[in-house]
Amino acid sequence: MDSQLPTWRELPLGGVILEPGNSVRRKTGDWRVFKPVINQDACIRCLLCWVYCPDGVIHILDKPYTSSKGKTWDVTLEIDYDHCKGCGICVEECPVDAIDFIEEVK
Amino acid sequence: MAVQRLVVEQVRLALSSNQAVAYAVRDADVDVVAAYPITPQTTVMEKISEMIANGEMDAELIHVESEHSALSAVVGASAAGARVFTATSSQGLELMHEILHIASGLRLPVVMAVPTRALSAPISIWNDYSDLMNTRDTSWVTLIASTAQEVYDTVIEAFRIAEDPRILLPVMIGYDGFAMSHTYEPVYIAKSPERIREFLPRRDRVKLDPNRPVTMGTITPPEWYYELKYQQVVAMNEALKVVKETDKLLGELLGRDYEPVETYMMDDAEIGFLVYGGVYGTLVEAIDTMRSKGFRVGAARLRLWRPFPVEDLVEKTRNLEKLIVVDRAISYGARIAGPVALEVISAYYYEDDAPLIASVIAGIGQRTITEDDFVKLAEVYMRKGRDSPLYRESIYWGVRGVEVK
Repeated sequence: MDSQLPTWRELPLGGVILEPGNSVRRKTGDWRVFKPVINQDACIRCLLCWVYCPDGVIHILDKPYTSSKGKTWDVTLEIDYDHCKGCGICVEECPVDAIDFIEEVK
Repeated sequence: MAVQRLVVEQVRLALSSNQAVAYAVRDADVDVVAAYPITPQTTVMEKISEMIANGEMDAELIHVESEHSALSAVVGASAAGARVFTATSSQGLELMHEILHIASGLRLPVVMAVPTRALSAPISIWNDYSDLMNTRDTSWVTLIASTAQEVYDTVIEAFRIAEDPRILLPVMIGYDGFAMSHTYEPVYIAKSPERIREFLPRRDRVKLDPNRPVTMGTITPPEWYYELKYQQVVAMNEALKVVKETDKLLGELLGRDYEPVETYMMDDAEIGFLVYGGVYGTLVEAIDTMRSKGFRVGAARLRLWRPFPVEDLVEKTRNLEKLIVVDRAISYGARIAGPVALEVISAYYYEDDAPLIASVIAGIGQRTITEDDFVKLAEVYMRKGRDSPLYRESIYWGVRGVEVK
């Protein structure tokens, strides 16, 4: 077992987690087998993926995007791959099939 | 028990052990109580709800739909920082079993009274200790009282032990259902609760607080779980010291002294009995009777069951030739089937000159153990040496169709 981990003396009693919000430090992205990839050109910014994502890993960036056909959006959607578990719900819910689901080979 | 030194002003009442629990809970300034009725526990909660309704006690009483919910409710309240109490017996304790581990695993200082009762099936509402003994490995500090007075004192003491920052484990107080829970004895209780409350200071501990958020009861993968269980091992072992310390402080407060293992006429005894709970009173009477006939017999009583007081037990019984452990519970399929007898034999394994240890099962389903039973048992074992089969396995005393020769 990892000798860098705290000993029984150092852990809070009963395994209480004293530091709120520390789940960001637990990278669950390596659970993934398939990886969702947003096609920024096809995406209509409806934000259904953002609504449905059970892990809150769809980030709405304040970053304008102009599509290849010249359509400009105020925002760009980006996936936090450190925490995306690859459940595929966003792929399923996207009304315009703008999210590809690609098998990851590691 | 030593002569009373009335340190805090006290009044003498006629109380059942169940009522004594209620008075102790009131005096301990408990915040939240939850329980579900079960014989013989019910009158504990009847008295507490009466006290709350009369304005004698300022606590939330949560009516729940089962014992599983009762313990869950006080676990939640304890996690939020409240001082909590519940009580149950028999099947109710069985239904709580899952949450017993959660209360201890979350390190919550829950206090529970258990007037013990035999388990179904077949249904018995009467006494034995098979319910309490089933909780052995739940990491609850477990004390067993033998008088209504001791019940009052021990419930008060239990809050201090449970809330000690070195311990933070739940505490269970067992005593005989019916034989104690429903019989009346003189009990001294504090005239006013102030001194009891000083004895039970509110200590700061980690709790659920929106201003300082914490998470309790998370999933714990293999690289974390073992260390948290080891913390419980350490706290449980530490509890032996803390119980003794608290016994001493309680003696200074209420003038009554307790020890993990108590004895009567043990100094020059050849044969000694070890029991727990209310039957100790019967045993002491039997010792007097046998002593008056010239037999060198003595009595011991186990007051602290978990943590098990190995050194105290050995120190107080090692000069005996024979030690007869009377258990009121059965570990089915074990050759030595008395839970306490098993523990005593294990305590003696590395000791030189251990007494011959006999395991007797008796009092199951409140098959009454009389003075005469102790006299007859002493007579049986007086005649039996090391090669007798009566030491190799438990004997089932008083079963029709079983003869002990």
